[in-house]
Amino acid sequence: MSATPPFAVDLGTGSRDALANHRLLVWVICGLAIALLLAFGSLIVGTSSVETSLGWLLRPDADSSVVLWQIRLPRTLGAWLAGALLGLAGGIAQGVFRNPLAEPYLLGTASGAALGVTLSLIAADASFEGLAWAARLGVTGAACLGAAGATLLTVSLTRGVLETRSLLLSGIVVAFLLGSITQLLVLSRPEIWRTMQSFLLGSTGFLSWSSTELLGAALCVSIVPAVLLARGLDALSLGEDTAQSLGLSLPLMRLALLGIVSLASATAVGQVGVVGFVGLIAPHIVRETLSVNHRQLLIGAPLCGGALLQAADLLSRWVIRPSELPVGAVTACVGGSYLIFLLWRRSRRG
Amino acid sequence: MPVDRAAPALACRDLSVGYGAHIVIRSLSIAFLPGCWTSIVGPNGCGKSTLLRALAGLEPARSGTILLQGRALPSWPRRERARRVAWLAQSSAVTDLTGAEVVALGRFAHSGWLAHRQKEDEATMYRAMMATGSLAWAHRRLSTLSGGERQRLHLARTLAVEASVMLLDEPTTHLDPPHQEDIVRLLREQARGRNVSVVSAIHDLSLALAADRIIVMGYRGLVGHGSIAEALAGDWLSAAFETPVKVIEDRGAHLWRPSLESSSAPC
Repeated sequence: MSATPPFAVDLGTGSRDALANHRLLVWVICGLAIALLLAFGSLIVGTSSVETSLGWLLRPDADSSVVLWQIRLPRTLGAWLAGALLGLAGGIAQGVFRNPLAEPYLLGTASGAALGVTLSLIAADASFEGLAWAARLGVTGAACLGAAGATLLTVSLTRGVLETRSLLLSGIVVAFLLGSITQLLVLSRPEIWRTMQSFLLGSTGFLSWSSTELLGAALCVSIVPAVLLARGLDALSLGEDTAQSLGLSLPLMRLALLGIVSLASATAVGQVGVVGFVGLIAPHIVRETLSVNHRQLLIGAPLCGGALLQAADLLSRWVIRPSELPVGAVTACVGGSYLIFLLWRRSRRG
Repeated sequence: MPVDRAAPALACRDLSVGYGAHIVIRSLSIAFLPGCWTSIVGPNGCGKSTLLRALAGLEPARSGTILLQGRALPSWPRRERARRVAWLAQSSAVTDLTGAEVVALGRFAHSGWLAHRQKEDEATMYRAMMATGSLAWAHRRLSTLSGGERQRLHLARTLAVEASVMLLDEPTTHLDPPHQEDIVRLLREQARGRNVSVVSAIHDLSLALAADRIIVMGYRGLVGHGSIAEALAGDWLSAAFETPVKVIEDRGAHLWRPSLESSSAPC
């Protein structure tokens, strides 16, 4: 048995790793190119009655330049960032829970955010102080607070045991509980129904430059540690005991990764409402096209999720123009059909 | 580093392990010396896996202590411990990772989170995959391989740790007989050549009896532990399985002979 490998055999660092990295690079470039194309399309398509042509895009007058720079550009950029956050959160959640059907709202983030928004709307309606308070907090702040509260509730219900099954279970319980409280509140206050509906169906219509900044910051803060922890998710895919025997601290890693999942999904929910299926589907598309370890998955899934939500945003404005569909309805249709396609193909493969 | 062959690499004193009200292992005291291969045999559900898991620090001890190189197992820093004790699970996981990526995880305790593999890590991985005959699948995804092929990659991952204690739960499952033989030869070589303490649960009695020492467990707890000769002289196997177990000797090897007297049924 020779101590050093002959040059012909390469264990992954050399040409083979280079090839994998090369494929990842091609994937990243394609993802960014698609995002750019979609952004370009988003600038042209819109509900407002400005003339939309290439010439207009090149020489906008004062009015349309406002539409362009203050409405459409932040909207498409924000959609990309929110989709990227959801894709990242979905990729991590599927790795942590070792379940391909895990999604970013698993810990009760979405229902918590919805409750937060409902409470802030009711407070704004109830009294002057409440209005001032709600205005300072904003819909985003209320959603983020609600999401954080729900995550804390879920984690504390497992009594510190960060074990997969109990986490899943308490996540479902929290989602049901907070969801029904929200419904009761909304039913008792019909005046907040419309706002809540657009929040619960998901909407990219409220995205502004300030929300883009917030989303961008959240993406930067969450993607770096996620990619650094990717090797732990690889180890976890061999089973919890094996991962532990390899020298991994499971509770610490889970805590860190679930923290990232809640930060990413709470920020996204705060800006675009409860957009479903993006976080669930994006990692699947990456796995289908770029068979992968978790580092590649956590780089690919945000790119994919971003492009998906951008495309859904574009579709939502285009299908029944000049009016607009809720973006969450579009993602649910597209994502749902993709899931059905995956199931159909699996059953055909036997 | 010179290895003191008389000082146990791993030892347990009065170890009891159990789940809920059920005590699986009751005050077991045993020492695993470097360079010695110990096999654990016994009927299904007698606690072989539980013992291995407890020794790997995956199952908390009800009472008693486990000492790794003279120091209590739970007091070792996680990564330090993972460099010294390698564990192979009974069922091999199916994952989308490639063979090389899985074996590289065996180097986790050495290379850490950022996975900057050194030449040394590469050479270790190469040797481990050569030894288990799994080099050909380095770039195949585990989900596309057969059970036996996966098992050999997981074994390579365990070897790649270069631990001083190897705890293997059914390392020969899913393998065909010639490859089972290869694995047994490999375990012996790890013990004799690299002074590793190898502890393995093996179902095949003939293979288990090729070890240096043996732990025999029955439904009602430990039957005995000691050398193969002691086990055979005391007929521990029959006591453990609660049915006569016949072992014959053939040129220094101990073979289990199933007592299937030839029936006279014509066919």
